[in-house]
Amino acid sequence: MGVGYVGRRLLSAVFVLWLAASLAFFALKLTPGDPAEALLAASGATPEEVAERRAQLGLDDPLWLQYVRYLTDLARGDLGQSWLHGRPVGRMVLEQLGPTVELAVAATGVGMALGIGLGTLAAVRRRTWVDTAATAVAVVGLSTPTYWSGLLAILFFSLHLRWFPATGEGGLRHLVLPAAVLGFALAGSIARLVRARVAEVLGSPFVLAARARGLPGRHVLFVHVLKAAAGPALAVTALQFGFLLGGAVVTETVFARRGLGRLAVEAILWRDLPVVRGVVLVGALAYVGVNLLADLLHAWLDPRLREGAS
Amino acid sequence: MIEWAAPPRRPLLRQPAALAGLTWLALVILAALLGPSLAPGGPMEADPTRSLLPPGPGGLLGTDLLGRDLLVRLLWGARWTLEMGVLGLATAVGLGLPVGLAAGSLGGRTDAILMRLMDGLLAFPGLLLAMAMVAVLGTGLTPVAVAVGLAAVPPYARVARSVTREVRAQPYVEAARAIGATRLRIALRHILPNAAPSLIAFAATQLGWVLLNGAALNFLGLGVPPGTPEWGAMLAEGRAYLRDAPWVSTFPGLALTLTVLAANLVGDGLQEALGV
Repeated sequence: MGVGYVGRRLLSAVFVLWLAASLAFFALKLTPGDPAEALLAASGATPEEVAERRAQLGLDDPLWLQYVRYLTDLARGDLGQSWLHGRPVGRMVLEQLGPTVELAVAATGVGMALGIGLGTLAAVRRRTWVDTAATAVAVVGLSTPTYWSGLLAILFFSLHLRWFPATGEGGLRHLVLPAAVLGFALAGSIARLVRARVAEVLGSPFVLAARARGLPGRHVLFVHVLKAAAGPALAVTALQFGFLLGGAVVTETVFARRGLGRLAVEAILWRDLPVVRGVVLVGALAYVGVNLLADLLHAWLDPRLREGAS
Repeated sequence: MIEWAAPPRRPLLRQPAALAGLTWLALVILAALLGPSLAPGGPMEADPTRSLLPPGPGGLLGTDLLGRDLLVRLLWGARWTLEMGVLGLATAVGLGLPVGLAAGSLGGRTDAILMRLMDGLLAFPGLLLAMAMVAVLGTGLTPVAVAVGLAAVPPYARVARSVTREVRAQPYVEAARAIGATRLRIALRHILPNAAPSLIAFAATQLGWVLLNGAALNFLGLGVPPGTPEWGAMLAEGRAYLRDAPWVSTFPGLALTLTVLAANLVGDGLQEALGV
C-alpha cells in the first residue's frame, strides 16, 4: 500500500476529529450556565470564590485562548473536569470504557457472522423462499429496538430457561445475551449489503471464468466470491460502528451493565456537560478510528481503491 | 442507499411488504387521531383493584401496576409516536434539505464549508449526538424529537447534496443555465423536482431511524416525564415487573417495532418503486 494513500487518509481523519472537537467546544460555550458556578454549586460557594475559580479555570481569558488551551489539553488526553464530581473526565471515561468495548467487539463478531451468513445465503438462493426469508430477517433485525429484543431475551433465556444471567457484567455468560441482541440489530444492514455485493460478484466474468475452469461451486463461492465481498462488508461494518456505540449505550441499560451508557445517561440527567462532551468525543474518536482502519484494510484487500482514491 | 443487483421496478401498491407497512402506519395515525374518542377514560385512569391483570377478556391487553388499561395507553401512545415522527423528520428534512441543496447546486466554497461542517457532525455516532443535544436542550418530548431530528440532519444533507449534484449534471439544467435562469430558480424549479424521488425515499428510511432513537431516549428516561404513555417510556416502566407481568413491556415494544418496521418497509418500497 502506498504511503501516499495512508498519509492522505490519516490526515483527513485528523481533520475530521479536529472539526468534531471544535464543534463540541463551541456547542458547550454557547450553552447557558457558568462552569465555575456549576462546579461549586453543591458547596454553596460565595461569589468571590466563584470569581476566583473562574480565573483559575481560565474562563476570563479571551475565547481564542480558551480554544487553543482546550485543543492542547485534548491532544494530551485531558478532557476537562466533571461539574458534578470535580474529577477528571478522562479518568471517568476510561473507567467505564472496558465493559462497553467488550460488548461492542462481541456484538460486531455476532453481527458480522450473522450478517455475512444471511446475506450470502440470500444471494446464492436468489428469488427463492430462502432469499425472501433471509431478507425478512434482515429488515426485522434492522427495525427491532435492542431495548425490546433485549427484554424478550431476558424473558426467555434468563427468566424461563435460566440459561444466562439477566443482568450485570463479568465473564462470558453475562456477555452472551447483550452481544447477541446488539449483534442481531447490526446483522440487518450487513446482510443487505452482502446480499447485493455477492449477487453482483456471482454474475461477474471472473466467477464465470472460475466456473468454466471446472472449479467446484463451493470453492468458487468461498474463495472468489466471499473474498470480493469481504471489503464492502468490512466497510459497512465500520460505518455501522457509530450505530453500534449508540446501541451499546442502550443495551447496557437494558442489561444493567456498567459502561459508557450509564455514565452518559447520568451525566445528561445532571447536566454534567463536560462528562457528556467527554463521552461523545471518545465516541467520535472510536468511530473515526475504526473507519480509518477499515478503509486501510479495504484498500489492502482491493488495490483499485488505492489508485485515484480521493 | 443500498444498491441491489438489477431491481425490478414495481409500483408501491403492488408490493405486499410496502403495502403492509403503509397500512400499519395508517393505523398508527388513525389511533393517534381517534385514541381519545375510542378510549374516553384517558391513559392515566387508574384502578388499583385491577393491578397487573394479564391479557384476556375484560382488559384486552391487560393492565399495568396501577391498573391502567394497556390497550388504552397504547392507543394514546400513538400520538407521541406521531409527534416524534413528524417533528423529528421535519427537523431533519427542514435543515438537511436546504443545506444539501445549497451545497450541491452552488458548489465551490459554499459546498466545501457546509460539507466540512457535516463531516464534523458525522464523526459523532448518531444516538450519542442526539443524547448530547438533549443534554443541551433539556428533557421532554419536544427536545428529544428535535435532538433526534438534528442528529439525522448530516446524513440527510449528504444524500441531498449527492442527488443534487447528479441532477445538476443533466443537460436540461445546463440548458436552463444557458438561457439565463438564476441559481435559485434552477435549484427550486429544475433540481428539486427531479431530485424529489430519491429525497422522499431516503426520508422514509430516516423516519424509522427517528422513531427508533427517539423512543430509545424516552426509554433511557431522557424524554417524556415518568408515567407518560409513550411507547419507549412504557417499555422502561414495565421492566420492573418483567417476571410477573411481561405484557406490560412486551406490547409497547411490539407496537414500536412494528411501526419502525413499517417505516423501513415503506422506505424500501419507495426506493424500488422510484428506481433509486
